Amino acid sequence: MSALAEQAVARTPRRLALRFRGMSDRAIAWLFIAPTLLLLLAINIFPLLWTIQLSFTNYRANRPNAPIKYLGLDNYRDVLTDPEVWHAMQATAHFVLWSIALELVLGFGLALLINRRFRGHSFWTTIILLPMMLSPAVVGNFWTFLLQPQSGLFNSAIALLTGVDPSSFQMIGDVRLAPWSIIMVDTWMWTPYVMLICLAGLRSIPDYIYEAAEVDRASPWRQFWSITLPMVLPFLMLAILFRAIENFKMFDMVNLLTSGGPGSTTEVASITLKREAFEKWRTGYSSALAIILFVTVFGVANIYVKALNRVKQR
Amino acid sequence: MSMPLSAHSVAEPSQWSKRIASLIVATYAIVAILPLFWIFLTGFKTPPDSIAYPPKILFEPSVEGYVNLFTTRSRQTPEFLASLPAPQTWYERLVRSRNMVIGGPSKVVPRFVNSMVIGFGSTFLAVCFGTVAAYAFSRFRVPLADDLLFFILSTRMMPPIAVAIPIYLMFRNLGLTDTKLGMILLYTAVNVSLAVWLLKGFIDEIPREYEEAAMVDGYTRLQAFFKVVLPQATTGIAATAIFCLIFAWNEYAFAVLLTSGDAQTMPPFIPFIIGEGGQDWPAVAAATTLFFIPILCFTILLRRHLLRGITFGAVRK
Repeated sequence: MSALAEQAVARTPRRLALRFRGMSDRAIAWLFIAPTLLLLLAINIFPLLWTIQLSFTNYRANRPNAPIKYLGLDNYRDVLTDPEVWHAMQATAHFVLWSIALELVLGFGLALLINRRFRGHSFWTTIILLPMMLSPAVVGNFWTFLLQPQSGLFNSAIALLTGVDPSSFQMIGDVRLAPWSIIMVDTWMWTPYVMLICLAGLRSIPDYIYEAAEVDRASPWRQFWSITLPMVLPFLMLAILFRAIENFKMFDMVNLLTSGGPGSTTEVASITLKREAFEKWRTGYSSALAIILFVTVFGVANIYVKALNRVKQR
Repeated sequence: MSMPLSAHSVAEPSQWSKRIASLIVATYAIVAILPLFWIFLTGFKTPPDSIAYPPKILFEPSVEGYVNLFTTRSRQTPEFLASLPAPQTWYERLVRSRNMVIGGPSKVVPRFVNSMVIGFGSTFLAVCFGTVAAYAFSRFRVPLADDLLFFILSTRMMPPIAVAIPIYLMFRNLGLTDTKLGMILLYTAVNVSLAVWLLKGFIDEIPREYEEAAMVDGYTRLQAFFKVVLPQATTGIAATAIFCLIFAWNEYAFAVLLTSGDAQTMPPFIPFIIGEGGQDWPAVAAATTLFFIPILCFTILLRRHLLRGITFGAVRK
């Protein structure tokens, strides 16, 4: 190490060395953290405070010179009594719950199978991972092509498997099916994510636990419920947390796949927010909605993380 | 393993269960990759073939999609086409055969360049800021460190549209709307939280003894950081950089709301590749394929660190 140190001292520019030689660890700590904090203050916290301020006004971004009136909590009252907002929250809940449920079942199932370490498992895993690395917007866009009735691949595949006429149903244009199209595309894209986390969970279980269970003649079923599931649970909960936050915020994929339609069947919270803020230009109102959404995510995530920590400590 | 194990032991699965597992996993993988493969194929179809019913599995490959992606064209009358000199290049000939003439290059190259500039710019800044901040959180007793770290993470919980409302107003006041600088700063801010969390994990794994030994040998703290810690953290920094790059590359919500032309990146551009009568699907598929190639390479490069990246460093292998 000494030779290395001398070499490094020799290579360090003298001016830099002199300037920082006397710096205390404390000063360095703050110097190192400052750029990140300043950037986040400027681009996250300041805008957040501004949003809070705007949420009490009737400001409209497309009329910057109109007089601004303070409305108190009126915007919040309007948001919370707006049936469109409640409809959007329901659509979001439907989307979040079903997509996570499907991703958990498929992802955990795949992880259990991949964990048998058959030949070529790592190759297939890499293939399976590809969808989640793509841009959700680009994914939403090309799924509109795949889901076209008649010419789309999806309808033809279903027709081939079930014998129905491929033009007899529309995944995107149908009020009943559209919510399931966004769930399906999300599941296609993010099952690998849950799978990867579950796989890490399964690999963290030491083999000797199963060997001991074998000695005790525990059935595979029993082993799954008493060993595998409890040991993987913290990982599953983590996967649920990340997916729930991401899907609650979901904008890009849904915006390009259905853009909230038909009617407002797939209008999730972010789409409503975008309509209010950037189409109707009700900046004050949409700021109130934004704050409510943020508080919801933040609050639920906080409670959830506490529960997660309790599971981990067990 | 000396003890007798039943056929369905989890610890050492039987050959049969392995075979069944590999069959199911391979089937899932093939079904899951099929949409992507279909898009890849569509890039080599002609526009009529791409929307044929029933969908064409066998078709005559054509590069029309790629030609359409890189050019703007206009339809002309046969009389006008006949009056033109003979086409000079293969792609002109292809466009002429569709009764069209090339108007000029399309915007795809500038959009691709924007994606690169904004992606690399924001990644560079986020990784620089993130590395030093992660080092400070890893090695020093920072007051309220846990709260600060949670605050840094919580900035990722806001829906992007909610953040975009004030950012839109702020950028308008500062003249940053539709500029690369504005997008670089914004993506840096989003990525820096990921960078801090990931790099803190990587730096935590480098033994403190290395720096301490260097400091005993006369290094200052900063020299120890630059000459000892940074080289040790190279893998972690590279993995983090790729994750930041992928985020910036794929990002859509901010891009579509805050850019319209000069700083527009690929994700908001691809859905608006229009041909005659709607989206020009072979061109869209061509753009999607080209857009996806870097991600494909990165995924293979990142395979070992993927889990860490997608969970903000919460799960390590």
